[in-house]
Amino acid sequence: MNITVRVWRQPHADAEGQMVSYEVPDVSEHMSFLEMLDVLNERLTMEGDDPIAFDHDCREGICGSCGVVINGVAHGPQQTTTCQLHMRSFADGAVIDIEPWRAEAFPVIKDLIVDRSAFDRIIQAGGFISAPTGTAPDAHAAPIPKNQADHAFDAATCIGCGACVAACPNGSAMLFTAAKITHLGMLPQGQPERDSRALGMVGQQDEEGFGGCTNIGECTAVCPKGIPLETISRLNRDLLGAMLHGSR
Amino acid sequence: MALKALMAVSGLIMIGYLLAHMYGNLKVFAGQASFDGYAEHLRTLGEPILPHAGLLWIIRVVLLAAVLGHAYSAFSLWSRAHKARGGSKRYQTSKSKLGVQRSYASFTLRWGGVVILLFVIFHLLHFTWNTIHPGGAADSPYVRVVNGFSVWWVVLAYTLAMVAVGFHLRHGMWSALTTLGANTSAIARHRLNLLAYAVAGVVTIGFLLPPYSILLGLVT
Repeated sequence: MNITVRVWRQPHADAEGQMVSYEVPDVSEHMSFLEMLDVLNERLTMEGDDPIAFDHDCREGICGSCGVVINGVAHGPQQTTTCQLHMRSFADGAVIDIEPWRAEAFPVIKDLIVDRSAFDRIIQAGGFISAPTGTAPDAHAAPIPKNQADHAFDAATCIGCGACVAACPNGSAMLFTAAKITHLGMLPQGQPERDSRALGMVGQQDEEGFGGCTNIGECTAVCPKGIPLETISRLNRDLLGAMLHGSR
Repeated sequence: MALKALMAVSGLIMIGYLLAHMYGNLKVFAGQASFDGYAEHLRTLGEPILPHAGLLWIIRVVLLAAVLGHAYSAFSLWSRAHKARGGSKRYQTSKSKLGVQRSYASFTLRWGGVVILLFVIFHLLHFTWNTIHPGGAADSPYVRVVNGFSVWWVVLAYTLAMVAVGFHLRHGMWSALTTLGANTSAIARHRLNLLAYAVAGVVTIGFLLPPYSILLGLVT
């Protein structure tokens, strides 16, 4: 198949960017989206052009490195990571628009790469448990009801790719933050720091310049891990509880 | 985040008021004596513990606080969100402007709120302060209502406003309850959405029944 891509090119953080069109002939429908970009980049390199910069690592859909907005949708037409998207999802002759995540808190570093360290700082503000070191506890020392374990695990699958922010009309990071708060808040190990976690993470999220949630649900519709919208309500519960307890 | 809770609570207070207001409006079908009696009763309710019109003033103060809180949090959350998404021109592509799954109601939430605010001012001028009286002035609230809604453009204005309210409540009520932590499972989400649809539908239709009955000559 032959396609045309229109890609956001921006040489560095402070430069003005623009959309640039490239023809990509002889694309196999079995290629992943990133492999298609690899092929284009090889050609650009051979021709002496700057290859298109994009984030990627495992290419198995589990690391959360990759992610671009394809035709206006984070990660493109399939609900999966960009690396797990294949060219068979597009028609022959298609014109595909490729842009970086857009949010105030995710500044563009180059082309399709954005700085997502705001997520790291949100995690540092409370997305952890404090556990004494020493020998590992017995596996059955802390019984956890099955449904709670399931909810915790569903939330723990978040890979922190940032698609939720890119898709949110408010540029909110609530699904990301809520996933971690649900993951830890559902488990006995997460209880001691439950209040301070909610206050700390949401406070950091606001400080980073993310917007507020209006419960539209675009985040969960593009989330490659299908983190459910309920996690956001769980975050709200924890946060309101922490505010009522007046704890920090 | 406290702003979001303020938004949700003030919104729910106003929904509660709307339902009570709608109930009062429907008294128009019981005739002039019943409707005017209800209007008078609102002023004597709570006496003698409260002074004349005391409860009404308590409701007015609470409502005014709710409106101010709602508008303030709406504006600050909007400006924060506008900045967070990276301004009005976010993505270059012209594709997927309508999002992946978002509802029309979610698109109209903010501007719909402005429309509703303008309408409320018109509505207060019309029926509460009695400064404008399309269709003719009168002392009786019942006669004022019938006179007002005999004018086609008044009914049109109320229709547009009530449809805006319907869309606003469809997304707003769901969002308020979710913000307060009620969306705890897929089933809860389904129920909250159904509830939001039901309340939006009841409020829109309930408020539009009297104007259309009057315009069509069913109530005179």
